Parts: sequence; structure tokens; C-alpha cells
Amino acid sequence: MAPSDSEIFDKVRQALIDALGVEDDEVTAEATLVGDLGAESIDFLDIVFRLEKTFGIDIPRAELFPEDILTNSNFVHNGRVTETGVAELKKRMPFADLSNFEENPLVQEFGNLLTVKDMCRYVRGKVAG
Amino acid sequence: MRWFWIDRFVEFQSGRRAVAIKCVSLGEPHLHDYFPGFPVQPPSLVVEGIAQTGGILVGEYYGFSNRVVLAKISSAKFYALPRPGDQLRYELTIESIQQDGSMCRGVSYLGDKMQAEVELCFAHLNERNQSRELYSPAGFLRMLRAFGLYDVAIDANGQPAVIPQYLLDAERQDLGHA
Repeated sequence: MAPSDSEIFDKVRQALIDALGVEDDEVTAEATLVGDLGAESIDFLDIVFRLEKTFGIDIPRAELFPEDILTNSNFVHNGRVTETGVAELKKRMPFADLSNFEENPLVQEFGNLLTVKDMCRYVRGKVAG
Repeated sequence: MRWFWIDRFVEFQSGRRAVAIKCVSLGEPHLHDYFPGFPVQPPSLVVEGIAQTGGILVGEYYGFSNRVVLAKISSAKFYALPRPGDQLRYELTIESIQQDGSMCRGVSYLGDKMQAEVELCFAHLNERNQSRELYSPAGFLRMLRAFGLYDVAIDANGQPAVIPQYLLDAERQDLGHA
């Protein structure tokens, strides 16, 4: 049986607590992984590993971190993701809320996009198969 | 002094698991400074030994083509302080490995008792971010031989692990046999 949303949230929260050494109450649905929870690039390896183990899923790196899009000159111009690039990101990351990013799509801001809620949505999509 | 915090590999299964031992000796200067009058192996150096075991385990998987860097100690728990005369046994398991990084779990044993448990995260740096050489390939192979790695290492099929050719070539050149 597929886990409920609250089960997914609790497990994602635990993975983030273990990987980032943050407190329970810091891991809210709206918290951003980088800005609010202080995740650094190496922490994503840890987070991905814990989510794979906890939920028995496989997480290809490019699904969560579309570096190929962000470094592709067809999708990035002067440090900003183009409209086509944003459309590509939306296609690749249907679980992520890109509305704030779209207003000022600076590549350097992309890292601070993912929230706990996005991670839960991503996991839900994976466990649903 | 060399920054070697393991003495020898006693088991090595490519891409899976490695076991190394570390003998704690009163002859090592650092034992006298950590708690003066109560010589112990500092926990940080136990972690370093576990990380060296894990780093070689992970590096070997890719034929030592990437530079493996200890990027994060996700957790570390210590249950006992190793004393002079103790032999530590570091058992490492690869939990997850990808091109750009890996996670390993390490357990240190004193006899049959668990001495420490550590979760480690390694970053694998490729040629792009290797600005300078840390080891010469010949020196690196010398270190692996000193650890007895290829005395015990086996590949995924259970056959003796093969030393990468570029390391053998460098060794030959270093010995003037090129």
C-alpha cells in the first residue's frame, strides 16, 4: 500500500533531520532546503541516499538537479534561464513549484528553490510508480 | 610522519566492503598529548582511519581515476577509547555509490565489541577540479602496497583485483624500468 502524505512527510522530515542535523520544528513544508535548512551541495548526496533507502526508490540525480539544463546555452542567457529553459525545467521537475523562480529566473538562485513540500511531492510521484 | 591511520587491509571486496586494522602503540607521539597521562587513540583519528579505509574502497571502484575526498561525516558515535596495545578493526561498507559521490558506513571494533560507528559521505572529484596532484601515481601505488591492499583485494567476481595499468606503468618508470 502506498504511504499516506503524512507518512511521506514524516519520513522526508526524518531524512532531513538526519542528513542536515536540524531540529524537528525547523523542517516545515515550506522550508527551503538550502536557504532555511542550510543544505550544502554535498548534503544532497546524503539526502538522496536516505530517501532511496527509506522509500526503496531510485533517484536519478538529473531529476532533482537538472544541471544539464542550467549549463546549456540554449536555455540560459546572461545568467538567466530563458522562457524555453523554464518550460524545460517545469517538464523535468513537475513536483517543484517554480512560480517564485519564474519571476526572476537567475541560475544562481536555482539552488535555493526546492522546499520540503517539493521533496515530498517528488517522493510521492516515485512511490506511486 | 606519514598520515596513515590504518596499518593493513585484511579484507577487500571491490565495490562492496573493506576491512582494515590499526594497531595502537604507545610509540605514537599523539597518544601522549590528547589526555596527558591517559594515552588513548583520539576519536578524530579513528574517524580518519575509517575514512582512509572507505576512501580507498570507493576510489578502487573507479580504478582510482577520481580524487576521493571526505566531504562529510554524517554521524559518528563512540563507545570506547582505544588504548595502547589495542588493535582496531575498521569494517567499511559502501551504502551508495554514484559517479560524483558515495556514502559509506564504517564500524570500528575492539575485539568483538563495537568501538565506534560512523557514516561518511565522499565526494568524487574528476579531472576538471583536480588542479594539482596530491600523490604521484608511483607513490600512491607504493602506499597501497604498504597497506597490503592487493594481497587481499578481490574483484566483483571473487578473482584477485587487478592493479590499474597506469599505476603499474608509473611504478615501473619510477624504478627506472621504463
